[in-house]
Amino acid sequence: MTSKRTFAQLAFLGAALVLIACNGRTIVAPDFETNLDFGSLGGQIRVDGSSTVFPISEAVAEEFSYVSRTRVNVGFSGTGGGFEKFCRGETQVSNASRPIKDSELEACRKNGIDDVLEIQVAIDALTVLVNPENDWVQCLTVDETHQLFSAGGAERWNDVRPDWPDKKISRYYPGPDSGTFDYFNETIIEAVEGATHTAEGTPSEDDNILAIGVQEDRYAIGYFGFAYFLGSGASMKAVAIDNGNGCVEPSFETALNGSYAPLSRPLFIYTRESFMAERPEMLGFIEFYIKSMDVLVPDVGYITMPEADKLAQLAKIEPYLQAASVAD
Amino acid sequence: MTVRGTDTEKLRAELKGRRFKHPGEFVIIFVLTACAAATVLTTAAIIFTLFGETFTFFKDVSIFTFFDPRGEWQALIDPRDYAVIELVAGTANVVFWSMVFALPLGLGAAIWLSEYASSRSRRIVKPMLEVLTGVPTVVYAFFALTFVTQDVLRPLLGAETVPIFNSLAASLLLAVMIIPTIASISEDAMANVPQGLREAAYGLGATRLEVASKVIFPAALSGIIASVLLAVARVIGETMIVAVAAGSTPNLSLWPLDTVQTMTGYMLQVGLGDAARGTPDYDSLFAVGSTLFVMTFALNVAAGMIVSRFREEYE
Repeated sequence: MTSKRTFAQLAFLGAALVLIACNGRTIVAPDFETNLDFGSLGGQIRVDGSSTVFPISEAVAEEFSYVSRTRVNVGFSGTGGGFEKFCRGETQVSNASRPIKDSELEACRKNGIDDVLEIQVAIDALTVLVNPENDWVQCLTVDETHQLFSAGGAERWNDVRPDWPDKKISRYYPGPDSGTFDYFNETIIEAVEGATHTAEGTPSEDDNILAIGVQEDRYAIGYFGFAYFLGSGASMKAVAIDNGNGCVEPSFETALNGSYAPLSRPLFIYTRESFMAERPEMLGFIEFYIKSMDVLVPDVGYITMPEADKLAQLAKIEPYLQAASVAD
Repeated sequence: MTVRGTDTEKLRAELKGRRFKHPGEFVIIFVLTACAAATVLTTAAIIFTLFGETFTFFKDVSIFTFFDPRGEWQALIDPRDYAVIELVAGTANVVFWSMVFALPLGLGAAIWLSEYASSRSRRIVKPMLEVLTGVPTVVYAFFALTFVTQDVLRPLLGAETVPIFNSLAASLLLAVMIIPTIASISEDAMANVPQGLREAAYGLGATRLEVASKVIFPAALSGIIASVLLAVARVIGETMIVAVAAGSTPNLSLWPLDTVQTMTGYMLQVGLGDAARGTPDYDSLFAVGSTLFVMTFALNVAAGMIVSRFREEYE
C-alpha cells in the first residue's frame, strides 16, 4: 500500500518537474471543422480582466497563435478593471469571474458599446475536505468555514461547535499565490469586512502534499480545487456547504447548476456582437476558444461545461460563422 | 631551448616570451580560458541578479523588518511580516538535528574504514557507502514523508505528538544523505596521515583506539572539519527533502517534532506559485536567496580559515 502510494507520488512529482523544467504546455488544441480560413487571420486582439480566467485565455491565445497570424495579448487587471477598459473600447475581450453588472453595462452603453456578448467558458469550484475518519463534520455553514480559516478565528474544533473534539485544527490550503487561494479568500474570508486568511497550518502549491496532510491527520481540514477533488481527492471526505439554503454536497451537478454556493461560480469572457460580424480574426478567436475549451479548461484546472452548454455558447456566434462562409 | 632544473617560475617566464609554434595551441588556450571565464561569469551573473532583486525587495520592505528577531515570516498573507529569523530557524533546526545523527555515524564509519577495516572489507564497503550520494534527494524526500513519518515515527511516538510534516523525518534523511560525504572525505584525510605516525604510536604501546582517537583523528582534523562543513553546506542548500517532509509553516523552533519551513522550502513554494514579477511576494524569493548565499559563503570562508589553522604538515 505504502510503496504503491509512494510510487504514484514520485510519478506525479516527476511529471510536475518536467512541466516546470520545460515551462511549456504539452497539450494542444484539437482539430476541428471551421468555415474560416485561420491562416489568413491577422490583426491584434487585446484581452484583459479576471486573473482567474487569465490562464484559460492565455492558453487559448497561445494555441491560437499556432494556427493564425493574429497577435493576442492577455492581461489580468481583475474582473472590474477589465470591464472598465472594455467599456472604454480599449480591449476587445474581457475575462470575468462573475456576470457583468448592470452598472457596468450602463457604463458601456454610454460609450456606445451596446452589443455586449457573454460567453461562458468554464466553471470554477472549490471543495472543503476532511480526514476520512473525521466523524463529526458533515456540513459547514459559510460562517463556520470562515471561522476555520480566518486569522484569529477558531483554534480548536470545539471553538466552532461545542460538541466537536477539543483538538487543534490542522489546516492545509493552497499556496497564497494560487488562484484557488484567491477564490477562497475572496468568497469566504474577505466576505466579512476586515477579515484575513490564517497563516497557520500548511500551505503548499502541490495538491498531493496537501492531500497527504489531510489523509494522515485526523483533525485536518483543507480545501482544494474542484478538479483535484474529482480526480484523486475522492479518498478524502468532502464537506457539504450550507449557504443558508440547507447543506449542498459538492458534485459535478451541484457545481454546474450553481446550487453548490458560494464555492462554485461560472467563468465568462465578454466581447461584442459587432466584432463577430465585422472582424474575422475576432470571430476566429472566439470560435477557437469555444471549440478548444474541452482540452484547455481541464488542463488549467477548471471544470468543463457539459456538451449542451458548450453548444449553447457556440450557437451565439453560429449566425456570424454562417455569414462568413457565405461571404467566402 | 633548455630547461634548467625544475624552477617553474623561470620556466613559466621563458614560455611566456615564446611564440606559439602552432596556431592550434593558441586556439586551445583560448578555449580553456573561455571555459574558466564561463564559470566566473555565471557566478557573477547570479550574484548580480540575486542582489539586484534583493535591492528591489528592500525598497518595499524595511531591512529592520527583515532582520527583526521577534517578528514573523508571513510574506504571502495579509497582514504581512518579513522576519527572516523564522526561516533561518527552520534551516538551523534541520542542520542541527541532521548533524546530531550524521556526525557520530559518519565519523564512526570513517574511523572504522581507516583504522579497523581490512583492506578487503574497505574495498567493498566504501563504494557501497558512496552509492548513497547518487540517490536523488526527491526519493529521500518521499521516503521521509511516507515511510519514516507514517510507518516509523507516528506508530512509535504516537500520531498525536508527531505532525505529518516534521523536522525529525527530514533531518534523519538529510543525515543519510550526508553520511557518505562525511565518512568518505574524513576517511581520505585519515588514510593520508603518514604511516610513520601510526607505527610510532604502536611502537610506544598504544592500543588501536588510542591510535585512532589520539593520533590519527587530531592529525586529520583539518580534513574532517572540511568534510563536516561541506556536509552542513549541503544540508543548508537542500530543498526537496525539507519541502516535502518538513512542511511549510514558518516556525521559530528547534524542536524536532515541529513543522518548520526552511529558507529553501520557502523559495520553492514561491517559485511554484503564481507570484507576479515586481511584487514583494516575488522579490522576497531573492531576499531569502541572498541570505542563504551569504550564509553559505560565510561558511565556506570559515571552512577555509579553519582548515588552514588546523592543518598538520608532515614533510
